[in-house]
Amino acid sequence: MLEIRNLHARVKEKEILKGIDLTVRTGEVHAIMGPNGSGKSTLAQVLAGRDTYVVTDGSVVFDGKNLLEMSPEDRARDGVFMAFQYPVEIPGVSNLYFLKAALNQIRKSRGLPELDAMDFLNVVKERMKLMDMDQALLNRPVNAGFSGGEKKRNEIFQMAVLEPRLAILDETDSGLDIDALKIVSRGVNALRSPERSMILVTHYQRLLNYIQPDFVHVLSEGKIVRSGGKELALEVEERGYAGLEWETADAR
Amino acid sequence: MSTQTSTIEELAAREYKWGFVTDIDAESVPPGLNEDIIRLISAKKQEPEFMLEWRLRAYRHWLTMKEPTWANVHYPPIDYQSIVYYSAPKSKKERPKSLDEVDPELLKTYEKLGIPLRERELLAGVAVDAVFDSVSVATTFKEKLGELGIIFCSFSEAVREHPELVRKYLGSVVPYTDNFFATLNSAVFSDGSFCYIPKGVRCPMELSTYFRINAQNTGQFERTLIIADEGAYVSYLEGCTAPMRDSNQLHAAVVELVALDNAQIKYSTVQNWYPGDKEGKGGIYNFVTKRGKCAGVNSKISWTQVETGSAITWKYPSCLLLGENSVGEFYSVALTNHYQQADTGTKMIHIGRNTRSTIVSKGISAGHGQNTYRGMVKIQKSAAGARNYSQCDSLLLGDKCGAHTFPYLEVKNTSSQVEHEASTSKIGEDQIFYCRQRGLSTEDAVGMIVNGFCKEVFRELPMEFAVEAQKLLGVSLEGSVG
Ligand SMILES: Nc1ncnc2c1ncn2[C@@H]1O[C@H](COP(=O)(O)OP(=O)(O)OP(=O)(O)O)[C@@H](O)[C@H]1O
Ligand SMILES: [Mg+2]
Repeated sequence: MLEIRNLHARVKEKEILKGIDLTVRTGEVHAIMGPNGSGKSTLAQVLAGRDTYVVTDGSVVFDGKNLLEMSPEDRARDGVFMAFQYPVEIPGVSNLYFLKAALNQIRKSRGLPELDAMDFLNVVKERMKLMDMDQALLNRPVNAGFSGGEKKRNEIFQMAVLEPRLAILDETDSGLDIDALKIVSRGVNALRSPERSMILVTHYQRLLNYIQPDFVHVLSEGKIVRSGGKELALEVEERGYAGLEWETADAR
Repeated sequence: MSTQTSTIEELAAREYKWGFVTDIDAESVPPGLNEDIIRLISAKKQEPEFMLEWRLRAYRHWLTMKEPTWANVHYPPIDYQSIVYYSAPKSKKERPKSLDEVDPELLKTYEKLGIPLRERELLAGVAVDAVFDSVSVATTFKEKLGELGIIFCSFSEAVREHPELVRKYLGSVVPYTDNFFATLNSAVFSDGSFCYIPKGVRCPMELSTYFRINAQNTGQFERTLIIADEGAYVSYLEGCTAPMRDSNQLHAAVVELVALDNAQIKYSTVQNWYPGDKEGKGGIYNFVTKRGKCAGVNSKISWTQVETGSAITWKYPSCLLLGENSVGEFYSVALTNHYQQADTGTKMIHIGRNTRSTIVSKGISAGHGQNTYRGMVKIQKSAAGARNYSQCDSLLLGDKCGAHTFPYLEVKNTSSQVEHEASTSKIGEDQIFYCRQRGLSTEDAVGMIVNGFCKEVFRELPMEFAVEAQKLLGVSLEGSVG
């Protein structure tokens, strides 16, 4: 589904990604860990198409298409979803209205009929229960004045409504209390399916207790320095990044 | 004026524009302004003596005045002697012969607003022949309104048919001495709308200039007078969302509203005059004086405006709150893109006791647009218990545009309350990216954020107008981000 080869990216003059190789097959869940500033968010943003980051080398193929040539909205319409590490506030635009517009754009691009207000609400209600979302939150402007945890939960709620094929979750677990972490994990697990792939960026093994990844990668200074199964996360937790013996990246 | 409301009526009304002056088409009035020209205008319109006298007084006063320079707008000097003051329509020869001769950018906009081909020709001023049966439509409306005693006609007709009402109220809100442009208008006004709602009558339909047959050729010096007698209610819509082209660069209109005891007037405007091309060439200068007088107790006047057009807009719809407990409201969205300049706002003059006013102004600047809000709240000594709430928000798109806010406040009564809130925000690249990551295009994202920003104002517009206004903002902002 996703093939990243030798990906290099910089912001301004600074090179951040220095040759990432990663293959994510349909239905797989990959966790990416790594110290602060190692380039995890950069990788996520490059995949989502943010133009602050300039790709200087390498390729990304998504479903046989050159992802790097596509606009951010086309990527989204093709099923790439990113849950932001820092979700953005959009004053004046209600959460529900925003989500309906997004869903209908995505549907339109796939040749599906747009949902009217009623149908949309039916879709939303179910997902609200799943994410234990408060109705009041949905009527408020997108993320405006949301607490850190509410924002994160809202990201996963959006994912649940938009049903992407590739979900990239950037530190969705940070800032969540234990109950919220359970709810978010429940949401993510409910969306796990043989048709959907996920990349979880996280610092904590904790999340991986709830969401069991198929693979774990450690990113350091813009490179994947180790890859393994879920036991790698435990090793990271125990020994810290510094204590890991770096092996040559052998990303699948 | 998009497809939703493009009724036959309005087409008909517009067609009429080109038909109605055929008898004077041959007449060539030389450019320039003097007493003879004014006499000629008045004679052409078969006006009673008092009207001519009033025009002449205005003209003589105008000669003593200087063009104002305080507004934050810049334009080359206007040569008032080169303007033709008798607004005969352009002859067919001078107008584009087909859409091929019209600015392609303008045509693209029509297309995006979904305006039918036929209408596009009309709006762009293409010489086409009238084919609609306009008379019957107009008559139906007139009959319906007439049964209720409502007078709704062209200003010229009102001067002839209802001179007592015109005489009583004309200049009672905006005197001919008011300001440079209003005084000029008083001397040479071409035509406009007149509306009188009798005591206790609630006008059953939104009155719109679309439905008016006689006064389409209002030209550059439009004059409107609306009177709501005791307990009457009227909602009046001015303008349309499609960009209107006009070869007259200067527009100096005057609108006067009078609300007597317990009467209510709601006046909504969507102004989308041609703003000029991307470099700002060829746009309209729109210098308007709009004022309402809440003369009676418990009366209410609301101004709602969406201003997206014109190269330069200079406009301050205001309320004189005389009657006890009277209410003035001003809701405004002003958008400037490319090289447009807008200096707009309102004045709320509190004179009566317990008078209240609300001001909500939303300024949007994009491109090199300059947007100025200028508002005055004046609470006179007599206005015990008066209250004002003002909210004034600016939204910037890009970093070459500007927003400026000049609130003036004058409070002479200590029992009054005045609140003012202001904010400036910018549509951030991160907001746009967030929307795009969810599948929305940049344009949809901008449209959504801008519409969210304007919500409080759109809520005040009649439903179909609100829908159009939203669409219009989207189109007006195209290409301004990303
Ligand atoms: N827009 C930017 N301008 C300048 N530097 C940037 C920008 N974005 C990222 N960087 C730098 O690139 C490096 C990688 O940042 P990135 O956000 O990808 O790290 P991360 O692995 O997600 O870290 P964290 O765990 O703290 O979220 C950091 O040194 C950061 O300062
Ligand atoms: Mg990060």
